[in-house]
Amino acid sequence: MIRRLTGMLLAVALAGCAANSGNDSGQAGMRSGEISEQALGGVGAEPGSIAYFQALTGDRVFFEVDESTLSAEAVSILDAQVEWLSVHRRYTATVEGHADERGTREYNLALGVRRAVSVRNYLVSQGIAADRIAIVTFGKERPVETCSNEFCWSVNRRAVTVLAEAAVS
Amino acid sequence: MQIPTPTPTHGALMKSGSHSAVSPATVFASVRKSLRPTLIALALAVPAMVAGTVALGQDIRPRIVITEGVIEPLPVAIPEFVAEGRQSRELSETITAVVVSDLIGSGIFREIRPEAHIDTIESFDAPINYRNWRVINAEALIIGSVRALDQNRVRVRFRLFDVFTGTELGDGIQYQGRQSDWRRIAHKVADAIYSRMTGESGYFDSRVVYVSETGPKDARVKRLALMDYDGANHEFLTEAGQIVLAPRFSPGGDQVIFTSYRNGSPRVHVMDLATRDARLLLGHEPGMSFAPRFSPDGRRVVVSLTSSGNTDIYVIELATGEKRQLTSSLAIDTAPSFSPDGRQIVFESDRGGRQQLYVIPADGGPATRISRGQGRYGTPVWSPRGDQIAFTKIHRGEFHIGVMRTDGTREKLLSGSFHNEGPTWSPNGRVLMFFRETRGRDGSPSLYSVDITGRNLKPVPIPEFGSDPNWSRLR
Repeated sequence: MIRRLTGMLLAVALAGCAANSGNDSGQAGMRSGEISEQALGGVGAEPGSIAYFQALTGDRVFFEVDESTLSAEAVSILDAQVEWLSVHRRYTATVEGHADERGTREYNLALGVRRAVSVRNYLVSQGIAADRIAIVTFGKERPVETCSNEFCWSVNRRAVTVLAEAAVS
Repeated sequence: MQIPTPTPTHGALMKSGSHSAVSPATVFASVRKSLRPTLIALALAVPAMVAGTVALGQDIRPRIVITEGVIEPLPVAIPEFVAEGRQSRELSETITAVVVSDLIGSGIFREIRPEAHIDTIESFDAPINYRNWRVINAEALIIGSVRALDQNRVRVRFRLFDVFTGTELGDGIQYQGRQSDWRRIAHKVADAIYSRMTGESGYFDSRVVYVSETGPKDARVKRLALMDYDGANHEFLTEAGQIVLAPRFSPGGDQVIFTSYRNGSPRVHVMDLATRDARLLLGHEPGMSFAPRFSPDGRRVVVSLTSSGNTDIYVIELATGEKRQLTSSLAIDTAPSFSPDGRQIVFESDRGGRQQLYVIPADGGPATRISRGQGRYGTPVWSPRGDQIAFTKIHRGEFHIGVMRTDGTREKLLSGSFHNEGPTWSPNGRVLMFFRETRGRDGSPSLYSVDITGRNLKPVPIPEFGSDPNWSRLR
C-alpha cells in the first residue's frame, strides 16, 4: 500500500515538475487568457501508458494472510483497472499472484493462483473480456520487499496486473 | 582363491564376498558373527529411537530419554587403508578419508584418531593384536587396503572387527571399479560397514538434486544442481535465467522432474540426466503445473494442476499420458507424495480451513486427514520404509521439520527456527535433509541434514545458497 502511494506521489510530483518547467519557460510573455499546452514527458504523463496504469490507476491489490478475498480497497483499485482497460483496449493483461515468505513453496504457488484467479474473476465480472486476462503464480519467488516483518509480508501478498500490448490482429 | 574380475564399465562397481555365507567368491576366511552387547545395543538402539514415544509437538528437542544414553557414538579405529603398490598411496589416503567422513558424519561412530593408535596396520592379512586396540578404547576396528590394478581400475578391501571379543564381524568384502569412481567405492565400503553395525542399509552412495540460489532476495537466480549426498561432485543442471523449483529424482535416479518457468509460467518438466534434455511433462497443455513426484515404480507422476483455476492433484500415466484427477475440492490440494508401495498418496490441503495433511488411495477415493496438532502442515513426504511421514510444520511463527506415523500419531519435531522447509528422506529412512532460510533482507537458504531422532543436525556443504533438496535412492 505504502509502496503504491509512494509510486503515485512520485508520478504526480514528476508531472508537477514537468508542468512547472513548462510554465517557467513561457512565463515571460504570458497574458491573461493565454493558456499554454505542452506534452508531459516521463512517468504518468500519458494516460494510455503502462507507466500511468502502474502509478495512477494502481496495478496491484493486497491480501490478508492465506486469503484471496478482495478487500473494499482492492475492489476500488480493480474498478479503476476495469475503467482503464475498457478505454485502452489495445492492452492485454496477465494477473500475477504472489505470496509472502511465510508459507511453504507449493502452498504459496497455489495461493498465488487463487489470488490471481480472484482478481481475474472480478475483472471479467465487470466486463473485461476473459481472453484479455491471463494468470500466473509466482508463489513466494518474487518478493518486492525483502525484510522479514509484517510490513514487507503485507506488501508481498499481492496480485499485480501486468499489461502487454496485444498483437495487432 | 581367485576372484573373477570382469573389467568394470563406468559406474559399475563390482562387489565380492559376503558375510552371509561362505561361497567360492568369498576371499576371506569366514568368521562367525560374534556381536558383543555394545554392538547389539547399537543395532537395536536405532529402530528403538524411531519408535520412541513422543507427545504431540510441544518442544523442538527429541525426547528419546532412554535411548539417548544408549546411542553414545561407538568408538571406532580406522587406520589408513593399506596402500598396495606405490601408485595406490594417494588413492588410499582419499578413500580412507571418505570412509571416515561417512561413518563419523552419520553420528553413530566416534573416531579414535590415528595419533592414538599403538599398532600400525602394515598388511591387510596380518593378524590383529586386539589388546593394542582395546587399550585405546576402540570398540570396533576397520582395516582396509587399496590397490591400483592398472591405470584405470582400483580394488578396495575391508574387514571389520569387534575389538572387545576379538572376532571379525562377518567376512571382508572387496570392491573393484574405475579409479574415477573412487568416491563411490569409498561410500560403498562405508555403507557396508554402517549396515553391518546397525542392521540397516546405509545411505552414503547416493546423490542429491536441489536448487542452487544466488543473488539478492528479490532477484534470486535459481539453477538445478546435482551432487553426491556429501556435497562432492557438484554440478549444475540448468542455466541461470528462469525460475526452477523442487526437483525430484525418478526411482532409477536417471531422471529429474521439476518445475520451470521456462515458458513464462510454472510447468512441470522432466530432465534426462544423461543428456540434460528437459521436456514438458504435459506437452503444451494450457494451465500451470507444479509439485511433481514419481511413483515408486517410476511409471506414474503425481502433480498439482491448475487448469480449472483451482489447484488439484492428478496422477499421470507416463506411458499413455492418461490423466486422472484425484482431488476436486475447491480447496488448495498440493504437495503430493506416494507411499513406497505406490498404493497411497499423502498431500496437503486447506479444505478444512488451513493447511493439513491428508492421505488418499492412489487410484482415487476419500481423503483422510492425518495431521492433528496445532498449526499448519505442509510438504509431506512418505518415508522409504513406509512407516513415517516427514513434513514442514508452521506453528507460532516458526517453521519446523517433523515426522509422524502415517496415521498421524507420534508426531515429533526435529528442527525448528525462523524457517525450515521441504524435508527429503535418506535412502534408508534414517536421516532427513531440508533447507533452512534465515530472516531479514540478507536472509538466505542453505541445506541441512538431521537424524530422525533430532540428533546430528548439520549443514550440507554447497557452493552457493540452496533449497528444495531431494535425496536419491542408493545407487
